[in-house]
Amino acid sequence: MNINFKHEWIETNIGLMSVLTMLAISVGGLVEIAPLFFIDETIEKVEGVRPYTPLEQRGRDIYIREGCYTCHSQMIRPFRDEKLRYGHYSLAAESQFDHPFQWGSKRTGPDLARVGGKYSNEWHVQHMVAPRSMVPESVMPNYPWLLSTPLDLSDLVGRMNALRKVGVPYSLSQAEYGANVTRFGETVAGQLHIPDARKNLIEQANFGNYDGDRSGISEMDAMVAYLQVLGTMVDFSKYADDAFVDNR
Amino acid sequence: MSEQKPQTVPTTGHVWDGDLQEYNNPLPVWWVYTFYATVIFALVYWTIYPSWPFGKGWIGGVSKISYVNSEGEAKTHSWNTRALLLADMNKAAIAQKPYFDKVEAMSYEEIAKDPEMSGFVISAGKTLFADNCAPCHQAGGQGMIGFFPDLTDDDWLYGGSYEKIHETLMGGRRGYMPAFSEVLVGTEIDQLANFVASLSGIGHDTAKAAAGKVLFHGDAAGCHACHGSDARGRQDMGTPNLTDNIWLWANVPAADTDEGKVAAIRGVIASGLNRGVMPAWSGRLLPEQIKVLTVYVHELGGGQ
Repeated sequence: MNINFKHEWIETNIGLMSVLTMLAISVGGLVEIAPLFFIDETIEKVEGVRPYTPLEQRGRDIYIREGCYTCHSQMIRPFRDEKLRYGHYSLAAESQFDHPFQWGSKRTGPDLARVGGKYSNEWHVQHMVAPRSMVPESVMPNYPWLLSTPLDLSDLVGRMNALRKVGVPYSLSQAEYGANVTRFGETVAGQLHIPDARKNLIEQANFGNYDGDRSGISEMDAMVAYLQVLGTMVDFSKYADDAFVDNR
Repeated sequence: MSEQKPQTVPTTGHVWDGDLQEYNNPLPVWWVYTFYATVIFALVYWTIYPSWPFGKGWIGGVSKISYVNSEGEAKTHSWNTRALLLADMNKAAIAQKPYFDKVEAMSYEEIAKDPEMSGFVISAGKTLFADNCAPCHQAGGQGMIGFFPDLTDDDWLYGGSYEKIHETLMGGRRGYMPAFSEVLVGTEIDQLANFVASLSGIGHDTAKAAAGKVLFHGDAAGCHACHGSDARGRQDMGTPNLTDNIWLWANVPAADTDEGKVAAIRGVIASGLNRGVMPAWSGRLLPEQIKVLTVYVHELGGGQ
C-alpha cells in the first residue's frame, strides 16, 4: 500500500486541522505537566499540612470572593530577597489542599503565603477596614463590610462536600473520620468531619474571637482565621536547610 | 530596475478556485541554520540542566551547585533554583558572618558603643524593622494611639532595657484589662476617669477625682493591684503608668476639651481591653536577627 501524504488533506479539512492543531499545541503542556503526576517527589513529604478548618475555609472563600488574589500571591519563590522578606520558600505540599491554589507572581501587595502569625488579629481587622490607617503608603482598598456582614453558614456543608469531591479529605462517614485520625490526629480529624462542621466553626470563631467583637460571627472572623493559618502548618525548624532541595 | 524575470519558482501544486496557486520558495538559509542551532542548543541544555522526566524521577543534568553551609560542610546538589537559593544564602551568610558573630559575642551595651557594630546593627535593623515591625509600630517606631505603643519615647509597658525588649520580641505580648462596666456603675467609672485625668494634670472635676482616688485604692475596683498604688504601672504585668500623660489606649490627645479627654479615659475603663497583642518572633526570625532588632529598638530613642 502506498499512501502519499498530502498537506492538502489537512488544509482542506477544517475538522482534521483543528484536531491536529490541538494535539500539536498540547505536546508542550503534556510533556511538562503529565510527568508531575508520576514523579514521586513532586509533593514534598512534610508533617503538619492539613485541610482548612470550616472557619478557615469560609475565610478562604471570602478571600477568593473579594479577589484578594488579584494583588496578593501565596507563593514564596526560592530567591534570596523573598526568603529574607517572607520566609522559607513555599512547598507544593503546603497547597495540596487548596482548590484553587493561590500561586502567582502578581504582587501589587505583598505575598501572603506566610502571613500567619506575623501580625495580631487586631492589626488585620484594622488593616482590612482601613489599610492606610496602618500602612500609610498602602494602595489596598478598604473592606469594611467584612466586619459588619454576618458569616453565611447556610451553604457550609455544601462547600465542604464539594471540596471533598475534588479530593480534600473532609470526612462524612465514621470510616473516613477514622482514616483522618490516623493521618492528622484526633484534634484535626474532628475539625474535618463534615457533620460537625457548623459546631466546629462556631466554636473556633467564639474561642478565637478573631474580629474582636463577641456579638456574632462576621466574615472578618473567618478571613482573619484564614490569614492567621497561612504558612504556619509546617514547622521548618524540624527540617534541614537542604531537606527539599533534591525535590527539584 | 531589472526587468521582471519569467517566474521559475515551483508551486506547491495546490490549486484553489481554479487558478489560485502557492509558490514553494525555499526558506532563507540563515533561517534554516538558526533553526538547526536551536535544536543543538536544546540538546546541550538538556544535558546541563534538569530536563526530561524519566520513570518516577527525572534526569538531573550534569550541572552541579556547590556551597559551604553554616556548619562548614561542603554540599553539592544538581542544578535547581532551590539549590541556587541555598548557595546564594550561604554566600551572603559567610560575608555577614564576621558581623553576626560579633553581634552574638558582644553584649548589647558593647554593640551600642562600638561605632562599626552600631552602624551595622542600625542598617540591618532598619531593614528588619521595616519588614516586620513597621506595619504596626510604623516606619519610625512612633506607634499609633489606640493600637500600638510608641517605641521612641521613655514610656515602656513591659520595660525598656535590652533584656526586656529582647523578651518582648521573643515571646510576644498580650494586653488585658477587665471591663469595669461589669463591676462598677457609671458614676463610679466617671469618678475613676476624673482621678486618672488628674494624675496627668488634665482638667477634671476635683470632687469626682477625690472619690475616684478612693475607688482606685479600694477593693471593689482594685485598680491599684495592677497599676500600682502610685499608679505608675507595673512593668512585670505590662500595666501602663497613668501619671505621665502618655496615652496608648485612651485617645486623650485627640480630644479638644477636658470633657472629651475624660470621656476617652472613661471609655477604656468601662470596656476594658483584650487587645495589645504583639506576635512572638522567636519562630520567625533568627536569634541574631532578634538581637539586632533589640539593639535597634533600644536605639530608637527610648531605651533604658
